[in-house]
Amino acid sequence: MTQQQALYKYCLRLGDNALVQSYRLSEWCSNGPILEEDLALTNFALDMTGRAQALLTYAGKIDGNNKTDDDLAYRRGEREFYNILMHELPYGDFANTIARLFYSATFEYLFFSGLMNSTDETLAAIAAKSIKEVKYHMAHATDWVLRLGDGTEESHRRMQNGISENWMFTGEMFEMDEVETLLAGVSVVVSEIKAKWLSQVSKVMAEATLTLPTDTYMQTGGRNGIHTEYLGHILSEMQYLQRAYPTATW
Amino acid sequence: MEKTDTVLEEMLKNFEEKINRGDAIEPKDKMPDGYRKHLIRQMSQHAHSEVIGMQPEGNWITRAPSLRAKQILLAKIQDEGGHGLYLYSAAETLGISRSELINQLHTGKAKYSNIFNYPTLNWADIGAIGWLVDGAAIVNQVSLQRTSYGPYSRAMVRICKEESFHQRQGYEIMAKMMAGTKEQQEMAQDAMNRWWWPSLMMFGPHDGDSPHTGDAFKWKIKRHSNDELRHKFIDKTVQQAEVIGLTIPDKDLKWNEAKGHYDHGAINWDEFYRTINGNGPCNRQRLAHHIKVHNEGAWVREAAEAYRAKKEKAIFNN
Ligand SMILES: [Fe+2]
Ligand SMILES: [Fe+2]
Repeated sequence: MTQQQALYKYCLRLGDNALVQSYRLSEWCSNGPILEEDLALTNFALDMTGRAQALLTYAGKIDGNNKTDDDLAYRRGEREFYNILMHELPYGDFANTIARLFYSATFEYLFFSGLMNSTDETLAAIAAKSIKEVKYHMAHATDWVLRLGDGTEESHRRMQNGISENWMFTGEMFEMDEVETLLAGVSVVVSEIKAKWLSQVSKVMAEATLTLPTDTYMQTGGRNGIHTEYLGHILSEMQYLQRAYPTATW
Repeated sequence: MEKTDTVLEEMLKNFEEKINRGDAIEPKDKMPDGYRKHLIRQMSQHAHSEVIGMQPEGNWITRAPSLRAKQILLAKIQDEGGHGLYLYSAAETLGISRSELINQLHTGKAKYSNIFNYPTLNWADIGAIGWLVDGAAIVNQVSLQRTSYGPYSRAMVRICKEESFHQRQGYEIMAKMMAGTKEQQEMAQDAMNRWWWPSLMMFGPHDGDSPHTGDAFKWKIKRHSNDELRHKFIDKTVQQAEVIGLTIPDKDLKWNEAKGHYDHGAINWDEFYRTINGNGPCNRQRLAHHIKVHNEGAWVREAAEAYRAKKEKAIFNN
């Protein structure tokens, strides 16, 4: 793997995380428990689509095959997507979505804080823009974890379920391989932010009267293109027009 | 009894003087019951329309054909939801709560715009909604910027700015598709054919057949008649369609030199009344969805309330 190939894959992984996460959040349109939440969750989806666009545009430039952001979003198959598995799972109930957003936004806050110092100027600039958005996503998710965790019996049960069910998908956020190693200085050393993430998550859990899962088995695969069964359905819906009318521009 | 009558008469006189001077009526002002009721009906219908309209447009979010298109659509739908929130708050100044308003929607007492009882069947429908439906809404809302109730008129000023963006973005989708492949052109014309007549119906019955018009004019809630506004919309839209090569599905559409506007063919009022009365293509689907989501979200709202109460109690106990 060359440095260039590593950077290409690094951008795809980050771009796909944003793209697939935004897909699931956007499904909350007209489905939220209150209108304000429809708006908040689809607004986060909007932030993430913008981030995906920036990252995929950059990936296309690195690759050197004149691929646009849309080529990369709408013309790649399942095995060429590199998002982590957690983002592609069906959105479940509101607590499930919040649990996932809480895990990932807390991670992304630490991640983009690190990426702001990347030696790659484009990535540093994308990180600087993202951090403002992610800060808000994290605050919003944290707020709901507290309210649902310490709300009613039912909300507590549902919030605990969301926290527990998504737990085994959090390990993938901290994985590192050849890609990161080759990109020393460019990439974020995620293994180093794990402790901070865990301490923040534990703190909120405790305040929300929730229990941090203790199982250690973690799912893996998305970052290398081995996905759950759900991703194929996301792509067949998302890519439908581009695939059905390949010569059209939209 | 006599004394009350005098007080009432005095109040009505003050109110009408204010209206005639062109002053805005504000929430704390005394107003006749009929005025309040008319506004609650109209503003809540408006708010519900913004919210129910999120359904047909939301139908294409996951299938938006480019990242740019997806962002524009997401932003647009958020604007509409924002309009809903804004209008609910404005309606609340009349002494009714948002949950009561939603309850009225669910029981069928309150309506939403008939246009959203039609389905979005291809991507060009998203263009057609922005261009035609928002385009028709703007004509109506521009006129409402000068409506007599202050909070409503201020809401309209704010909302109109965003609606004109939506209209341009919708038109851009149509223009792009008309400049595209044969299939895209067919989708665009198909959308035009299905959305044109329902868009004309958005202005309501012809002036002679409009049941609520009298008071609304006297109280300056409404300032232009249905037909006046409908013509305004047609006149600005016909040329826009021609520029990009779309055909308006009305063989009787003709420029009327003497009147200075386009004459249009007969509107199918049977379809209009059938749809308003519950038998349009998507009436049941739209309402059932809103009710289902609202009920499913009850536990979240209860939790938020329970949490708030706990925190409040903790403050007072410390
Ligand atoms: Fe609107
Ligand atoms: Fe609009």
